[in-house]
Amino acid sequence: MKYEMVIGLEVHTELSTKSKIFCSCTTEFGGEPNTHCCPICTGMPGVLPKLNKKVVEYGIAVGLATNCEITPYGKFDRKNYFYPDLPKAYQVSQLYLPICRNGSVEIEGEGFHKTIGIHEIHMEEDAGKLIHDPIFDTTRADYNRCGVPLLEIVSEPDFRSAEEVIAYLETLKATLQYLGVSDCKMQEGSLRADVNLSVRPEGQEEFGTRTEMKNLNSFRAIARAIAAEKKRQIEVVESGEKVIQETRRWDDDAGKSYAMRSKEDAQDYRYFPEPDLAPVVISEAWKEKIRASLPMLPRERKKKYIEEYGLSEYDARLITEIKALADYFDEVNDIVKNPKEVANWLLGDFMRLAKEGEDDSFNILLDAAKMAEIIKMIKENLINRNTGKDVFFAVWKENLDPRAYVEEHDLAMVGDDSLVRDTVAKVLAANPKTVEEYKGGKTKVLGFLVGQCMKELKGKADPGAINAMLRDALK
Amino acid sequence: MSVFEWTPLETAAKIKKKEVSVREVTEAALKRVGDVDAEVGAFLRTEEDYALRQADIVQKKIDGGEELGPLAGVPFGLKDNICTKGLETTCASKILSGFRPPYHATATRKLEKAGVIMIGKTNMDEFAMGSTSETSYYKTTKNPWDLSRVPGGSSGGSAAAVAAREVPFTIGTDTGGSIRQPAAYCGVTGLKPTYGAVSRFGLIAYGSSLDQIGPIAPTARDCAAVFNAISGYDEMDSTSMPLEIDALREIDGGVKGMKIGIPKSYFGEGLHEEVRAAVLAAAKVFAAEGAEIEEFDFPMLDYAVPAYYIIASAEASSNLSRYDGVKYGFRSEQAESLRDIYLKTRTEGFGGEVKKRIMLGAFALSSGYYDAYYNKALQVKALIKKAFDEAFAKYDMILGPVAPTTAPKLGESLKDPLAMYLSDIYTVSANLSGLPGLSLPCGFDKEGMPIGMQLLGKAFDDAKLLRAGAAYQNVTSFHRETPDIAEKGGESA
Repeated sequence: MKYEMVIGLEVHTELSTKSKIFCSCTTEFGGEPNTHCCPICTGMPGVLPKLNKKVVEYGIAVGLATNCEITPYGKFDRKNYFYPDLPKAYQVSQLYLPICRNGSVEIEGEGFHKTIGIHEIHMEEDAGKLIHDPIFDTTRADYNRCGVPLLEIVSEPDFRSAEEVIAYLETLKATLQYLGVSDCKMQEGSLRADVNLSVRPEGQEEFGTRTEMKNLNSFRAIARAIAAEKKRQIEVVESGEKVIQETRRWDDDAGKSYAMRSKEDAQDYRYFPEPDLAPVVISEAWKEKIRASLPMLPRERKKKYIEEYGLSEYDARLITEIKALADYFDEVNDIVKNPKEVANWLLGDFMRLAKEGEDDSFNILLDAAKMAEIIKMIKENLINRNTGKDVFFAVWKENLDPRAYVEEHDLAMVGDDSLVRDTVAKVLAANPKTVEEYKGGKTKVLGFLVGQCMKELKGKADPGAINAMLRDALK
Repeated sequence: MSVFEWTPLETAAKIKKKEVSVREVTEAALKRVGDVDAEVGAFLRTEEDYALRQADIVQKKIDGGEELGPLAGVPFGLKDNICTKGLETTCASKILSGFRPPYHATATRKLEKAGVIMIGKTNMDEFAMGSTSETSYYKTTKNPWDLSRVPGGSSGGSAAAVAAREVPFTIGTDTGGSIRQPAAYCGVTGLKPTYGAVSRFGLIAYGSSLDQIGPIAPTARDCAAVFNAISGYDEMDSTSMPLEIDALREIDGGVKGMKIGIPKSYFGEGLHEEVRAAVLAAAKVFAAEGAEIEEFDFPMLDYAVPAYYIIASAEASSNLSRYDGVKYGFRSEQAESLRDIYLKTRTEGFGGEVKKRIMLGAFALSSGYYDAYYNKALQVKALIKKAFDEAFAKYDMILGPVAPTTAPKLGESLKDPLAMYLSDIYTVSANLSGLPGLSLPCGFDKEGMPIGMQLLGKAFDDAKLLRAGAAYQNVTSFHRETPDIAEKGGESA
């Protein structure tokens, strides 16, 4: 029997506001344990939360960018549970009146183009972190992350493949980065996704029993976890048993997941409206002000690259998916005014080098002006394309000045025409047999002669010009 | 003349005129607590070092000509659920024993700024849950008028301290009547301000949507001065209102032309005859002063008390979850695992009444019961608010009793908790609808116990209530009566 997957995603993104959601502590990542906290974010007796307006603005921006309805009169609710990383013993979140509802995100990839529904987006606070010390067998609490603002973006169960999930996450990540509301670093936990997955026989309307997968720290891990969970559920069904509704934890090293808790021991969070915060009232004017200030989003930018710059749909998508890359593209292109040439440069070795390093990170080490300089030197015929590549590799890591590098290493093409002419003559004289072959109609050997000339000139010449010169001489 | 025959405003006036120093009145208050509090039990602890240090600071400011307001230099007592930086704040619970907050409540900070001297923290029902101050983990406060009776609660320590003239005034908190009822039982004046008029920052929460901090003092005029000192918008409390009320400005405006409604249902079954008579007599005083008195039909709303207990307990069950033994206060020494820390700390750290309300609240919020209880309670709350809105379209204020009886005997109430809960009938509605309520002494029963009346007003009409209270006290003397114990000791100044 053939099976179909049904997947819904819960994406948590940490917002990059300067201060926390209910106090003025910094949201900066890292820091010695318990140095980024105060009586408010650690929930000491008698303190009260004070809503950071920026969090609401970011929530509205994300809602508008994902075509959501913005809730004009929203509220916060308390989600109650005991855990030592949650010092108030409740998380301030939104259950009944979340800030955004009923949105959508368009995704596309190899062989699909579809719309994924957004069920809702809500604001909440992050919890702290427990650090277990195996030597002394103690557990310590670090409250630095307590109160860091989060948006939880809950999709509809609209995904049918891992590729769709990844495409959605790429699009969402790009959108959040374009809006400047989150840096979306999965390894620092500022973007996290939980996968709700079920299988059903193809053609069946009714959903199967779903599981929720947690601890997915990279896109690669998400793809692997989806494949493994699909396989596991199909095996369960095929063996005549039932999938249990439960939360599972993915172990990426082992390549498998473990059951954490089943629906039966699910906690009763006893949600109720947070009495310490006033309702979140969002006026039409406020919403429209934020709409007007939204930056160009990936979709529009891609459209511009295709229509104005003549890039292929594929190239335009690859560039615009990463905001830093698209910004870099614009900067380089502003100088060299040759979008296709810039795209070719950025989507090759450049992309590979920038993606080196940790999972999902993208680090450009070379200034845009310096990248533009390399392209310019080729256009000026100062260096040829191959030398240009060598220069790029040489300057990338330490962000060196490419023109100075060319000068220092004497890589400029030979400007002296007579030297080139002499070299051509010399090579022809040294290879009488090849010359004969060429004249006998074996024109393919011309490449060998070009190579010999370039070798003599240490690569510092325009192979096209030499090619023409040789043809001339062999007429 | 004893310091303690002076009201807070009179004390401050004498300090201003240099008839007495801040240190002298502070020392006198501390001595007086030493003299009589072993019997009354109003204070959980005094903070002598802090108080004397503050006294010297304030004296210096006064001598330097700094304008601190009309209460500068007056000693007072603070209910122990209001945070004091570096000074123990326990909510009269074992679970917060030894807890010294690293911050002041906004009210504490404002009082410091007004130059009043906090000499100690007053006893209360544990986490403000109770009507008698008997649920305190540490001690039982007695009614200064009859030491075999309760002072009321939960601000029983604060009310008793003023009645016994241990301090010129105190600060209490009111979630369902916790300022007004003990004020009535102890024959002093107490104001529960409009919700949002006084910042709750640093008030250790019981029922967050109902809690308010307010003054207890001998007179309405003194309450007005204290209200001025503690009220006002606070950016640290997003439920506080950006309104500035000066309750002293029109304190002498009288009640002429005011319309006072008397809800017939408040005087029906369950109200003690002597209380009824005293409150109705007070209505006649208001009439004589030029107010228009009118009886009207006001729905008694049988569900007000249950709705109150559901909402307050629900919020409490969440508010009190943070006391888990992990971070501060008491932790069970028997605990060996995380689960143990939670279970044993809370089992040993909370008293019976608190546990009862946590369980009630957790149940009311639990999945499957939320709509039947919590949501229903919110609907009742909305109905009560509507009934008040309609009443206040016709009347400036509503006059009624504070409690059905005078102070009961110690140990009686906790034996019949349901009856105790029902005795909140006249007070909880003001909390559910966020309205201000003023409790004023208006007589004595034949056993000599004080009787209180209550004026309820529109939201942010706190000043108007105090003005009416002052008008009443101008022509009556119930508020000047003191129990015998008030005459004992305290002659040092």
